[in-house]
Amino acid sequence: MTVVRISDDAVALACGADAVAAAFASAGCTVERVSSWGMHWLEPLVEIGEIGWGPVTVADVPTLLLHSRESGNPSSDAGAITAPEMDPRLRGDDGMWGREIAAHPFLAHQHRLTFARAGRTRPLSLDDYAATGGWTGLDRARTLAPEQVVAEVTLSGLRGRGGAGFPAGIKWETVRTAAGAHKYVVANADEGDSGTFADRALIEGDPFALIEGMAIAAHAVGAQRGYVYVRSEYPHAIAKLKSALALAESRIAPFVIEVRVGAGAYVCGEETSLLNSLEGKRGEVRAKPPLPAIEGLFGKPTVVNNVLTLAAVSHILSTGGAELYASIGHGKSRGTMPIQLAGNIRNGGLFEAQFGITLRELVYGIGGGTKSGRPVKAVQVGGPLGAYLHPDQFDLPFDYEAYAAADALIGHGGVVVFDDAADMGAMARFAMEFCAAESCGKCTPCRIGSTRGVELLDRLRDNAITPQARDEDLAVLEDLCETLQYGSLCALGGFTPYPVRSALKHWPEDFRP
Amino acid sequence: MTREQRLLEICAEHAALEGPLLPILHAVQAEFGCVDGAAERVIAHALNLSRAEVHGVVSFYHDFTAEADPRPCVQLCRAEACQARGVEALVAAAEAATGERVRLSTVYCLGLCSVGPAARIGDAIHARLDEAALVKLVQSA
Repeated sequence: MTVVRISDDAVALACGADAVAAAFASAGCTVERVSSWGMHWLEPLVEIGEIGWGPVTVADVPTLLLHSRESGNPSSDAGAITAPEMDPRLRGDDGMWGREIAAHPFLAHQHRLTFARAGRTRPLSLDDYAATGGWTGLDRARTLAPEQVVAEVTLSGLRGRGGAGFPAGIKWETVRTAAGAHKYVVANADEGDSGTFADRALIEGDPFALIEGMAIAAHAVGAQRGYVYVRSEYPHAIAKLKSALALAESRIAPFVIEVRVGAGAYVCGEETSLLNSLEGKRGEVRAKPPLPAIEGLFGKPTVVNNVLTLAAVSHILSTGGAELYASIGHGKSRGTMPIQLAGNIRNGGLFEAQFGITLRELVYGIGGGTKSGRPVKAVQVGGPLGAYLHPDQFDLPFDYEAYAAADALIGHGGVVVFDDAADMGAMARFAMEFCAAESCGKCTPCRIGSTRGVELLDRLRDNAITPQARDEDLAVLEDLCETLQYGSLCALGGFTPYPVRSALKHWPEDFRP
Repeated sequence: MTREQRLLEICAEHAALEGPLLPILHAVQAEFGCVDGAAERVIAHALNLSRAEVHGVVSFYHDFTAEADPRPCVQLCRAEACQARGVEALVAAAEAATGERVRLSTVYCLGLCSVGPAARIGDAIHARLDEAALVKLVQSA
């Protein structure tokens, strides 16, 4: 019987994977639902043997079955079936028609550690997980003393993947040595940044990797309980994670993990706001200090890490993992970053690479330029609070420090491409508007400043403005950005000036009437 | 069972949780379509909180609403990545298609940023929307 593998990642589902899977099942095939390879423009991607076809519609199913059967053993012969003969749709060369998936350049150019299982395993199969090295990190960690586990995480150079890039080992050591019998591990899966989906992809595709990472963290710091705070916009991730936790319960015992669902507040991705939300309060930001590592959830020492940080730990704690992680990367940014290629890009998806890769390689080499075929105008890296980068800056290496030096941030690794139709003045206004809509209201610069920012940007783009008033307003805008950047309590107000200032700097013509 | 009894039952079901308020509010919102003032009073009493505290939480989060809206809701992502893929050009047609029957709401990111424009109806998600597909989605919601 033919075994057909189709992803059940949300991207595949949103592109019609369930209907394609049902068509294969009713044709008598065994359908395995696996994680996504991360080549989103090919979803729904159908895999028979190791050969892939995508994007596939229900109407393609009979043809595909015919070809895979005619070729006998598809894993050796079907590679000979080439796109143009089979499917005229794909002469534009964006599809994959009867090719070996793992050899695709998009995959071949990656360095997958956190996403090593992507496309290869069934997300909720404990057998698949164990067969691909699952639990070896946790088993090994539990033979080590907590301080040795922390030392390995420190050695690996792993930094927080949520955006701040704080060294994970230092945070863990602070929690480990903090006084108190009750401690927590909290996974931040409130992935609200537009252009990012790696947390979702990991939870939906390899949930045990997150669970294992959290269990390792718990052993390292002496925590009894963990929470995963997942945003409510990710219903499939929530369901997967709950199922995975039920399956892995005995494997991680006595450590216990619970899933908590967010309620539509972007600011809860900020760690102190997330902790308040977990406690059942308004998701308002807390002033730091005290650090969550000392006084976190319910006032107890708490590790708060992003999903990708914790998942990377599963690999790092396997034998030799820390050394390998530390040996790759760029400058002080060690290891790999799951980069998310999104927006107006031809070949979008998840691209895990060593630090140091340039936007030129990512956008043109890997991504194939814009989906619209028009010239690239701007790329926003790091979500709604990230700077807009001009094509002149595309040689910047993907690295926390290099981006900071260029008044930009890599954030959670989202790369959103815009073509020349983008109005950067409108995007700057949107940044202020978004900040106003999502501000928790705790600090004045963010709560009031964002609304003043929208008004200023509207005035600058109003026909009635005089040259003198315009100069004055530009000075006020600069002043306002400075107040937001240095006067806000958290990154929402603090980083909103990044998209605004970068857009104004590189595309001043878009800020005129 | 009265509504109040059911609310107390929901509170009791979550009593063992640490920080039970958000899970309770989600359950109430899912069952009654809103968390209104009467529900806030019952929940506050059950958790030994003030009504102001509960109202403060309910009103903070976009997911909780004070009044039920029986219309089916189409959540359209209008964040940066979907904007880059042209969602704004679809909005007028989608709004025209909603009429009185459907509610069109904006969501900032469904995590489908490489295949947008994207929309969500309940737990069903849809990507690669063009104007015709979105209008059809609104009409069939």
